Amino acid sequence: MNNVVWPWAALVLLGAYHGVNPGMGWLFAVARGLQEKSRRAVLASLLPIAIGHEASIVTVVIAVSLTEQLVPPFFVRLLAALVLVSFGLYKLARPRSHPSGFGMRVGPAGLTMWSFLMSSAHGAGLMLAPVLLGLPIYAAYHSLNELSVQAAAAASLHVAAMLLVMGVVSVIVYEKVGLGVLRRGWFNLDLGWSLVLIASGAATLFTAI
Amino acid sequence: MATTLLRPDQTFYPSPRLAAGAPAETIAYLVTFDPTRQQPDGLVTLDVDPKSEAYGKQVGRVDVPNVGDEFHHFGWNVCSSALCPYAAHPHLERRYLLVPGLRSSRIYVFDVKPDPRKPKLVHTIEAQEIAERAGYSRPHTIHCGPDGIYVSALGDPDGDAPGGVFVVDHDTFAVKGRWELDRGPQQLAYDFWWHLGYDTAITSEWGTPNMVENGVNPDILLAGEYGHKIHIWDLPKRRHRQEIDLGKENQMVLELRPAHDPSKAYGFVGVVTSLKDLSASIWTWYLEGDSYKIEKVIEIPAEPADPDLLPPLLKGFKAVPPLVTDINLSLDDRWLYVSAWGTGEFLQYDVGDPFKPRKTGSVHLGGIVRRAAHPSSGPLNGGPQMVELSRDGKRAYLTNSLYQSWDEQFYPDGIKSWATLIHALPEGGLTLDEGFFTTFEQRAHQVHLEGGDASSDSYCYS
Repeated sequence: MNNVVWPWAALVLLGAYHGVNPGMGWLFAVARGLQEKSRRAVLASLLPIAIGHEASIVTVVIAVSLTEQLVPPFFVRLLAALVLVSFGLYKLARPRSHPSGFGMRVGPAGLTMWSFLMSSAHGAGLMLAPVLLGLPIYAAYHSLNELSVQAAAAASLHVAAMLLVMGVVSVIVYEKVGLGVLRRGWFNLDLGWSLVLIASGAATLFTAI
Repeated sequence: MATTLLRPDQTFYPSPRLAAGAPAETIAYLVTFDPTRQQPDGLVTLDVDPKSEAYGKQVGRVDVPNVGDEFHHFGWNVCSSALCPYAAHPHLERRYLLVPGLRSSRIYVFDVKPDPRKPKLVHTIEAQEIAERAGYSRPHTIHCGPDGIYVSALGDPDGDAPGGVFVVDHDTFAVKGRWELDRGPQQLAYDFWWHLGYDTAITSEWGTPNMVENGVNPDILLAGEYGHKIHIWDLPKRRHRQEIDLGKENQMVLELRPAHDPSKAYGFVGVVTSLKDLSASIWTWYLEGDSYKIEKVIEIPAEPADPDLLPPLLKGFKAVPPLVTDINLSLDDRWLYVSAWGTGEFLQYDVGDPFKPRKTGSVHLGGIVRRAAHPSSGPLNGGPQMVELSRDGKRAYLTNSLYQSWDEQFYPDGIKSWATLIHALPEGGLTLDEGFFTTFEQRAHQVHLEGGDASSDSYCYS
């Protein structure tokens, strides 16, 4: 039972983490609301951000699922471990890589693209790889179709959690708390995130061996 | 080189409204240069804590290892724009001052963290790096942007047009390259700033290095060939969008002060002099529909004067031009401060209605003819020039030098440099701080305040 539940729980928790992280989206939603002086602008920003995030995640989910179809499990884990560790090391060296060419006046498409690039640069999808590898894909499914359904479900659950948390946080900050909270509560998790990426890579490698 | 913090740098504020509540500064930084180019220029620290015994006095100075740089403007590595949502890096630390040599084209990087009173020179960007990577020289204005450090430059490495903007990496201080992808008709450069909420940058015009370095050239001036336009740009796309000509008679369009509130798309720019009547003026630019417009909102007339008291350049005009050389806008976008360097007057306007400024205060110091004294000085020369305003809007710091070769033309007796403080009253009006008057061997130029001030930071949230 536990083996079935934990990957889904992890997907939800990671989604909540991305939802609460100002750099991943809610802050952009609040900024647009303040600029337009309208809560509707806050809410209208959430879906494009979520879609961009989902696209970034789905890219990784599909890559993992396909690799699992084509390559023996041991090598999938080895590959995932290598990618995670190298990406973690890269984020250690350059934690502030953010997409360029964006501004405050992006439309819904621009916001989706920004969120896609931001999530990808953050390694949001990569972080899901070890979790996905915990899902009983080969045991339970035999066709690419079924696999895609599971992959989509995994990504969507993650993004639903993100969207919910992001929505609640952005409305509370916009309506009640104010942006002063940024100065107190925006902790630097760059170092932690890099280390978690590396550790997940190591754990994935360990389970591979 | 850059260092990060666990929480956002506490000198960053999301909005100008929150920044206005920041604690008062205790240290001011200012740059001084040697007009004879024999001694190194320096970064000077002033104690501005009224509770301190050294209040108003110089408490530190760092010399650079070269001579002839001509320090002018400077700026921080990172500031409140680091909180902008699309390129946030809130944990990068505000601790480096980038100080360009306007003549040498070097940019010195000082670390103020280990001892805020005695900054340490930690890095130098050489002119060659700027020339090779960006094709520019004579770096002027520095603004910490959402995604890097933006620097304006007066010209190309030969001292000709075009001048423009280049970007320096806020992590490594490497010159990333020329900012403009499409500069349109823009050739002359001076100041730049932005409306972050509108993805819009604005640049102004002075002249190329070859037009200004040997002094103001009367032929160029009378032909109306110094800058008289501002340019509107798409900031993220780095493209020229619109040119606004103030008219050839409006010579030298310098300091740009956009509204700090990112939801407002208007700002103020000062014009040094008019060829028609030597008056100076302030203009308000504003967004209407899809394009920007501009309107003259303040005109400061020239003052008639005895030719015997005027420098050779002005004798024929029998008048002192006000020469508006710097302006500054309070963080609440309510008060505009104007330096008239020629007549030696510092003015305050209520710009609550940006199209109908109301004059609310005036102080005289120095001036080409007036030579007004400070309570603790004899007659002064130079005039109010660079003005820096505290974030709470209560204190304006002034220095009196403009630019070495121009100083000599307007004040041929040689500028005796000073810095002073003027208090702004809550509902308008100005009073001199009698205890704050400091003189310098070298010439003082721009002032910046510990933790940020009214010209250092920009904001993405209103």
